[in-house]
Amino acid sequence: MMESNLIRYVSKFRELGLLGFIIILAIVIQFLNPAFLTLGNLSDMLKNTAILCILALGMMLVLVTRGIDLSIGATLALSGMITALTVSAYPGLSPFLAILLGIIVGSACGVILGLLVSKVGILPIIASLGLMNAFRGMTFWVGGGDWVSAYQMPDSFKGIATSNILGINTLVFIAIIIFLFFYYFVNNTITGRQIYALGSNPDSAKISGINANKVYMLVYTLMGGLSGLAGVLWVSKFASSQGDTASGYELTVIAACILGGVSINGGVGKVIGVLLGAFLLGVLDNGLPLINVSPFWQMGIEGVIILVAVLFNTEIKKKVEKNNRLRRVI
Amino acid sequence: MSTRTINNVQNFSWKRFMLQWEWMLIALIIIIFIVNSSISPYFLNFTSISDATMTFLDKAFIVFPMVMIMIMREIDISVGSTVALASVVMATTFNAGLPMELAIVVCLLVGALCGFFNGFLLVKYRELSAVIVTLSTMILYRGIAYMILEDQSSGGFPSWFSYFGWGYIGPIPFILLLFVILAIGFALLLHKTVFGRQVYAIGSNTTASRFSGVKVDRIKLIVFTLAGVMAAITAIFLTARMGSTRPNVANMYELDVIAMVALGGISTAGGKGKMLGAILAVFVIGYLQYGLGLINIPAQMLLIVIGVLLIASVTVTNLRVKGKFKTSSKSDSKEKVS
Repeated sequence: MMESNLIRYVSKFRELGLLGFIIILAIVIQFLNPAFLTLGNLSDMLKNTAILCILALGMMLVLVTRGIDLSIGATLALSGMITALTVSAYPGLSPFLAILLGIIVGSACGVILGLLVSKVGILPIIASLGLMNAFRGMTFWVGGGDWVSAYQMPDSFKGIATSNILGINTLVFIAIIIFLFFYYFVNNTITGRQIYALGSNPDSAKISGINANKVYMLVYTLMGGLSGLAGVLWVSKFASSQGDTASGYELTVIAACILGGVSINGGVGKVIGVLLGAFLLGVLDNGLPLINVSPFWQMGIEGVIILVAVLFNTEIKKKVEKNNRLRRVI
Repeated sequence: MSTRTINNVQNFSWKRFMLQWEWMLIALIIIIFIVNSSISPYFLNFTSISDATMTFLDKAFIVFPMVMIMIMREIDISVGSTVALASVVMATTFNAGLPMELAIVVCLLVGALCGFFNGFLLVKYRELSAVIVTLSTMILYRGIAYMILEDQSSGGFPSWFSYFGWGYIGPIPFILLLFVILAIGFALLLHKTVFGRQVYAIGSNTTASRFSGVKVDRIKLIVFTLAGVMAAITAIFLTARMGSTRPNVANMYELDVIAMVALGGISTAGGKGKMLGAILAVFVIGYLQYGLGLINIPAQMLLIVIGVLLIASVTVTNLRVKGKFKTSSKSDSKEKVS
């Protein structure tokens, strides 16, 4: 009985458990290298995690509808490249317009994917795989195979990543705004709830009058728009845009969602969880080099942690379901 | 309702025969051949056509098990990482003093183990989707490859090893010959054996096949292990062709392979598709790549072409499936009337 209580507790406060794990990890890292929990390092870490958070929030909605989007790395690169080329041609362009341009390009990519998934009915994994290739190729094509380097970009553009709004770094500020928006959107709007309804049972959702195609379009367009935004931020942060920018980053984003407790079978996922999942990867990225773990071990360690988290999750879920069944019998 | 027997051999119909997706792929190959030979006068001869296969066939070995996996409505995105890990372990054990022959065996074992582990996780945790499991192992396997070799490369293989990459048997490249033999083997396995029928059954309805006594778990384990073994074979050919290996080899191979399988007309909804289609798709993409190389179009442009081709082919397949549903419902209604 005590065990089952514990399990129910853990499953209810999954996010708390994740937070606990992050804190323990942080303490261990801090113990080994006191430079970890300094203000400078923490703000660095936040800056580095901001883009991952933005993308993971969008990916959460896609995963909740039982979809997946493998094209976001390429969408990010394409909109980053187009924006970088534009600002290097028109150095006077306001950073706001640059961000807007990135969002528009990204949304256009998202609309294409949304159409393929909703109207044509291609499985998301295949459609986004095809588009990933196409967008990646277009990035090389648009850029002529060249980089756009730091000296070609105006200072105002590079300033997006280094400037502050209300004393907070702009990247972090944007991530916070998007987080708050998502928190409200997902929990308090009808459309937000429809996304979850569609994900947990597509058939009954359609029967109850939810326009599935509209929801799919919305989710993928939103994901595309966020990827576009992330593309501008990425290029501004690294002050260079290349054909292979963020290649394979979609997997990191999906990993953050999975760590955050989003189910790839749809219908399940919390905004807070995703944020913590992204933070966990951020702490690992930032902390492991600080305690002299070879950067080449990082990927393996991340792999083990993701696998353990996934298996742990299903074990807990299994036990909870078993307990529920037991209770029903009694 | 009259009782209706379903023939286990469908009646031959010319219309159905000609409407097969494979003809479309053959037409594509012919178009590519015509375009290629109009670009380069050196393209259209036996040596050139058969030698070109050496450049693109290595990853094609994974296509065979991937067809089965996708027919079972699963997916394996860890195969690229498996290639890297198998290749890295092979090179490392060889350089640690193991004879090359044994290192190749070790490579195959590592591949089998990686595939088995995927299958084991999927069977043990049925509620986990293959996307999650193989995504995790994809990161894990490549991570282990990085742990072993870090930023180094490993090579110095004996000279006979390069035979896998560049060798001939008579006038035919060794890799092409092995590909054809394995293609026939896998096609027979999928289309002519009980095992193959069971793979289709699992894809059409896993629960129903479980209740009808199909050993779903065992078949999944076997197919995923096969995927690992084929990834190891890819690793051998790839390593032999390049002469050395690094942890970042075979990056994104899984996506190329899945693209080939989807282009080959294997329905992503499971239960449908033929080995032949995927094999033809290998050559479509391979010769397309070769042709674009002939006119100096950068490899990145090929990405656009493959992406568009993939989406277009799946779209056409989807429309085709929809059309089939229509015709079948029509014939049903006719039966009801009679």
